[in-house]
Amino acid sequence: MSSLFTQDKKTTARNAAEKRFRAYGVVAITLALLALVWLLISIFGAGLPAFRQTFLTFPVTLDVAVLDKQGHALPAEMAKVTTIGYGKVLASSLAAEIAAQGIDTGGMTAKDLADMISEESAATLRNKVLGNPALLGQTISFTALANGRIDGFFKGRVTMESAKLDKNTSPEKLVLAGKLRDAGILSIRFNTGFLTMPDASDKRPEAAGLGVAIIGSLYMMFVVLVLALPIGVAASVYLEEFAPKNRWTDLIEVNIANLAAVPSIVYGILGLAIFINFAGLPQSAPIVGGLVLTLMTLPRIIIPTRAALKAVPPSIRDAALGIGASKLQTVTHHVLPLAMPGILTGTIIGLAQALGETAPLLLIGMVAFVRDFPGAPPSGLFDPASALPVQIYNWTQRSDPGFVERASGAIIVLLVFLIAMNTVAIILRRKYERRW
Amino acid sequence: MSVGLLCLILIALAATGYVMGRRRALSSAAGDIRILHSLPSFYGRITALMAGVPAFLLVAVWVVAQPIYIEHRAFALIDPADIPEGSSPQLVIADVHRLADGLDMLAAAGSDTAALVRDPVALKAALNGAGVALGNDPKPSTIVAAEATRAMATRARLVLTGLALVLAGVGMFVALRRIKPEYRARNATESFAMWLLVGSSLIAVLTTVGIVASLLSETVHFFELYPAWDFFFSTVWSPKFGGGSSLGIWPLVWGTLYVSAISLVVAVPIGLMSAIYLAEYASRRTRSWVKPAIEILAGIPTIVYGLFALITVGPLLRDWIAQPMGWGNSSSSVMTAGLVMGIMVIPFVSSLSDDIINAVPQSLRDGSLGLGATPSETVRQVVLPAALPGIVGAILLAASRAIGETMIVVMGAGAAAKLSLNPFEAMTTVTVKIVSQLTGDTEFNSPETLVAFALGLTLFTFTLCLNILALVIVRKYREQYE
Repeated sequence: MSSLFTQDKKTTARNAAEKRFRAYGVVAITLALLALVWLLISIFGAGLPAFRQTFLTFPVTLDVAVLDKQGHALPAEMAKVTTIGYGKVLASSLAAEIAAQGIDTGGMTAKDLADMISEESAATLRNKVLGNPALLGQTISFTALANGRIDGFFKGRVTMESAKLDKNTSPEKLVLAGKLRDAGILSIRFNTGFLTMPDASDKRPEAAGLGVAIIGSLYMMFVVLVLALPIGVAASVYLEEFAPKNRWTDLIEVNIANLAAVPSIVYGILGLAIFINFAGLPQSAPIVGGLVLTLMTLPRIIIPTRAALKAVPPSIRDAALGIGASKLQTVTHHVLPLAMPGILTGTIIGLAQALGETAPLLLIGMVAFVRDFPGAPPSGLFDPASALPVQIYNWTQRSDPGFVERASGAIIVLLVFLIAMNTVAIILRRKYERRW
Repeated sequence: MSVGLLCLILIALAATGYVMGRRRALSSAAGDIRILHSLPSFYGRITALMAGVPAFLLVAVWVVAQPIYIEHRAFALIDPADIPEGSSPQLVIADVHRLADGLDMLAAAGSDTAALVRDPVALKAALNGAGVALGNDPKPSTIVAAEATRAMATRARLVLTGLALVLAGVGMFVALRRIKPEYRARNATESFAMWLLVGSSLIAVLTTVGIVASLLSETVHFFELYPAWDFFFSTVWSPKFGGGSSLGIWPLVWGTLYVSAISLVVAVPIGLMSAIYLAEYASRRTRSWVKPAIEILAGIPTIVYGLFALITVGPLLRDWIAQPMGWGNSSSSVMTAGLVMGIMVIPFVSSLSDDIINAVPQSLRDGSLGLGATPSETVRQVVLPAALPGIVGAILLAASRAIGETMIVVMGAGAAAKLSLNPFEAMTTVTVKIVSQLTGDTEFNSPETLVAFALGLTLFTFTLCLNILALVIVRKYREQYE
């Protein structure tokens, strides 16, 4: 009993199968998008706190008797006082301020108070005083980083329960930190140091910053851009416009297609063997990283560049050749300018991939702990530096949980760079791409 | 003269060459440029190129070769007895370089270096004062080597400057001599440019040659120290720095394949169904934002996935599945790495499959629909079989991507080399071991380090075969419908 109006069993089953099939598709897409959202939420949730930091601001009395025993205000003599001396000055100043404000410390010793201040701040204060000995004997207002555990307490990473088991902090310190916040000594502000300071040692996550890594990554991107763009464009122009169709050019083409799919770590092995062992370039230098990433990025620039050149219609070439231009003039005066938006888009996307690449950099020694900023280029390209993705990896390998927050924060910085680059690429494409 | 200054001078010479060549061409035609074969600027360009390019090439080669040569010569001067116990020749050479640089700095600051060189103690103090830190105390032979390095560097600079300037001058002279109205300057400049283009495209070939050569030579070196039979057929991986390690590749290959298989189990259904939906069902508007959104997954750096595996997926799987079921209590596991890698691989499957499904001619669909098949029957019985070879190619490409992936497995899969079926146990892969054997202090004479090159070669060969196979399949398929 089937008609157009009543479906028989088989039709119902087939229609149900149709619906199911569509639903599978929707589920698959939803799963893929959910994975993306989950990834982003997880990273941003863990990383956003890295952009806020706990600071202690209090007047510090720079005691001449402690910091300059000879009393000559000579930097050479003052340099004998190590950061430990400055740490004591900070702790006693903090104690004095707490006493002046009438806050109950709950019977904490001076050492406990010193533990609340980051060890890094003593070094900062020392550099400040050595740079300006006139400060000696004065009372200055100084902003010190709070210890990583105190910082973690305000970000929810450290709780009263975990503090009981932790030998680096105690519930009393956390209680006092809360009181200091109420008194206005302790504050939580935007953390510019995260973007400008160098890496810090294993025990001081609160002071770790991305300064060296950002500079190292910029240097490498500079090297990649300077080398890969001209070489990639020249190679594409040759293959697309001039190369005779023979076995050699076929070989080069297959070669480029395969190079684009070679695992990135193999490029790291290449860099280690050729640039470091054979050519003797220094380890963890941006120049080596840049060269390795250049080799890796070249095929990824050549492929879109060739597509862009191919998209320029032959009539343009014929017209140019017809009025007496040579082949090279045709290409440089007409084809390349018309293909430029496509080439630049491909280059930017290639650069963005290179910026996020980690594995090859691990092999050429960029994981090393680097605290000193590299010098100005060109000689700075040979100084040791870190790179954004490697710095992230480095931080994930450390035991202090404060570094997980730093690593996730660094990923946000990396993603912001990538989004910016890709946005530029998309705008270029939308604005200048021509359909013939 | 510093290299930078030399380069500036060469650029200035080339610019002069341009002006002179142009002027000479004009005067040879008595101002009537119709007589000239090429535009006057081409005569200028060829003169500039002849003056600048050979000299620049010389400088480039020299800059690369000079340190290697000098280091070789300086190393010969070092007394082997002066290499401290537990230190390596590389460290001593690094000290020689620092010493030489420090002496240059001191000389520039006006110190009497000749006197310092005779007194190692004063030398060390002076260097410390200048902010140069040495690894070891300067020994007489290292000081001699440093002095020789400085002398050779100075001499080499002088020779380079002289040679480069002479070369530039000769090039310019020859180019200027050639300029006559009938001289084909445009063709000459273009053949110069053509060499540049050919050279650039050869870099890709050189990269492959470099990869293969460096992998092969070190692998051969490795098999001289460690039996190839044990490497390929042993099932134990336990490197010991100090000798007596077993370096069987099988636990690593097993881990790699296990992780990749899980990632494909995740990625292929999701990727393929997304591609089918986007190609066959989705409206233009949905497609225009869903496709880029999925492709974002391909643009996210792998370190981000690695961290995601480390801080989110790993603990989640451990606390909710592995521990309650008693399957293990490690947060890094094959499952963690496989799942996260699966997410990463989705766009590789979906984008390529989408292209391939779209390339199936509409007439096939119309025929099937016209016979009364539902859209899903059309997809399953007509479109997919037609697109199958291409989809297989896409999956192979995704597999090669998964096998070569490093950061996700380094951070998500663990470091223990095991042959186990339990996916919630930590296992390790080929790429993880390449990283762990080659980071840190690497001495290129122990099998424990060199094994990384053998692993690299295995990885390279394997992914290369997969890629070529995939490319061949995809290309064959494309031809079918073109």
